[in-house]
Amino acid sequence: MFSVLRIALLALRRNLLRSFLTMLGIIVGISAVIVGVSMGTGAKAEVDKRIASMGQNLLTVLSGNMSRGGVRGGFGMAPNLSVEDYEAVRREVSGISAASPEARTSAQVAAGNQNTFIQVSGVSEEYILARSWGLKSGANFTGADVRGASKICLVGATSAKTLFGEGIDPVGQVIRIKNAPFTVVGWLEAKGSGSFGQDQDDILLVPYTSVMKRLSGDTKFRSIFVQAESPDSIADVQQQVTELLRRRHKIADGRDDDFMVRNQQETSDFFNANNRIMTVLIGFFAGISLVVGGIGIMNIMLVSVTERTREIGIRLAVGARGRDVLMQFLTEAVLLSVLGGALGIATGYWLAPLLTRLFEFPTLISQTSVILAFSVSAVIGIVFGFFPALKAANLDPIDALRYE
Amino acid sequence: MPAVVQLIDFRKTYRTGEIEVQAVRGVNLTIEKGEFVAIMGSSGSGKSTMMNTIGCLDRPTEGKCLIDGVETGSLGRNELAELRNRKLGFVFQGFNLLSRTTALENVELPMMYARPRPTASEQSKRATEALTLVGLGKRLDHTPSRLSGGQQQRVAIARALVNRPTLLLADEPTGNLDSRTSIEIMGIFQKLNDEGMTVVMVTHELDIANYCKRVVVMRDGLIRSDTAVTSRFIAVEELQKLEAEQKAVQLTA
Repeated sequence: MFSVLRIALLALRRNLLRSFLTMLGIIVGISAVIVGVSMGTGAKAEVDKRIASMGQNLLTVLSGNMSRGGVRGGFGMAPNLSVEDYEAVRREVSGISAASPEARTSAQVAAGNQNTFIQVSGVSEEYILARSWGLKSGANFTGADVRGASKICLVGATSAKTLFGEGIDPVGQVIRIKNAPFTVVGWLEAKGSGSFGQDQDDILLVPYTSVMKRLSGDTKFRSIFVQAESPDSIADVQQQVTELLRRRHKIADGRDDDFMVRNQQETSDFFNANNRIMTVLIGFFAGISLVVGGIGIMNIMLVSVTERTREIGIRLAVGARGRDVLMQFLTEAVLLSVLGGALGIATGYWLAPLLTRLFEFPTLISQTSVILAFSVSAVIGIVFGFFPALKAANLDPIDALRYE
Repeated sequence: MPAVVQLIDFRKTYRTGEIEVQAVRGVNLTIEKGEFVAIMGSSGSGKSTMMNTIGCLDRPTEGKCLIDGVETGSLGRNELAELRNRKLGFVFQGFNLLSRTTALENVELPMMYARPRPTASEQSKRATEALTLVGLGKRLDHTPSRLSGGQQQRVAIARALVNRPTLLLADEPTGNLDSRTSIEIMGIFQKLNDEGMTVVMVTHELDIANYCKRVVVMRDGLIRSDTAVTSRFIAVEELQKLEAEQKAVQLTA
């Protein structure tokens, strides 16, 4: 076996340039597989990371239902989750560790001589617990603040920087939201961008009652966040919330929900659907280039068999069996494709981080894709090398010896 | 002990389309161990066909071919290959060495296909011995392009000997060589034959045939004469004569 490999290596080395050009098809194909799959898994990992950063064991109740491809309203639908809905969820559903509605509005806010246009989120005192957000200084507001619609707020890192300057603790300062003065009680830690790519730190959190009564005048929420006590209770909580809201919204059996409860897995699937399509597409094109590469190997091996007819004749004359000759040429073909595969994997390892650096596209090379790519290249060698090898093995020794 | 080669009413017919060509039309030939046979004949006489059959590269259409008592007509491709590997050594007119492969590796080639296969060190030991026997012990790592024609043919002879065959087959071994080198090569064959090796060779040249012990002449697919060589050339003596002549030429010049 070792000597067969050595002979194959020598044969390939004799035509170094030709061997390399033959491998090129496989190199391109395999590196495309590696990079393509790494883009898919990279994007998925990024989505998962951002979704995990939303908080642990989080369920999101959204008004409207876009589970049917998002055509039936979705975000465009009017908010239909009431304060009573939220309170009922908090009161009646068991296994919840934290819950908060979100009443969003955007507003021009000012502090001193600085002002900015940002998102103001009206939430309960449990919101930052549910989202696992930390405070750099100050304290969270309380249930009493929520009930009393207090004019106090928590300020995000980016907003604090814009309004008060870099590194200055904003706690105790006053921010005017639509000319109403809100006192800063807490400074949120920086979190980076969220699952939609927006800056999660450019935000003001105020009690939802304050938003509804003093700022937007809304009476309904677009969303409610619910945190389950443990990963095991997520499904149960999801079930309870769905049943409770159907009852409260008086939805008859058999009718669709007018809201949607999504867990993080579903959110992740939703965003990953596009990634999957992309991965399949890239895989398809990589597959085509692998087939073309395989045909290239077959072509060169056929040329090689013709060129070396005399050598084959000599080997047959001194006692090589057809199988020996078959093995020799098959080994050469597999060596070509496997070396091409290895170089392709190396190229992929080099290209994927480059892609991330140049286009900020997340990539992650998975071990599975490397093993898969390597096996595929070996299979290509066997499949496309077999016919030329068989042709060599079936040569007539007399004709082969006479071949000029 | 069976004869090394036994052809019994051997016939070979080639068919190209509609036309049938009878290359050999009934030949009986027995070659015993230790013989040194030259097969002569013009092209188309059937001698190459007969050599290919004796060399187990081909099978008879009719009749029998026995190599060392084994009938080849009923053997498959792989069994023929094994027979060639174990019992036969080939020497060709065009040397047929693997280019860009050293003399040693060329000689090791038949052992690669031997079963059981000798170990790598055994292979290199035997190949070195064979090359030393033909006088190339100092050129083991030379590739064919760096060897003269005579040296290349010596490598080919070493390759033919390395599996210790019962029969050495040579197809016009001196056809590409000058007269002096031809005598040297014939000297090697004579030496091997003296040590007991059976040698069968095809040749065009009558003076080369005179180095053998027996001459078989073929024409139109049949043996026309089969005679023992009476005034045999001995390579060592011929070389001495040649050297003397060359010296004489130089003296007069």
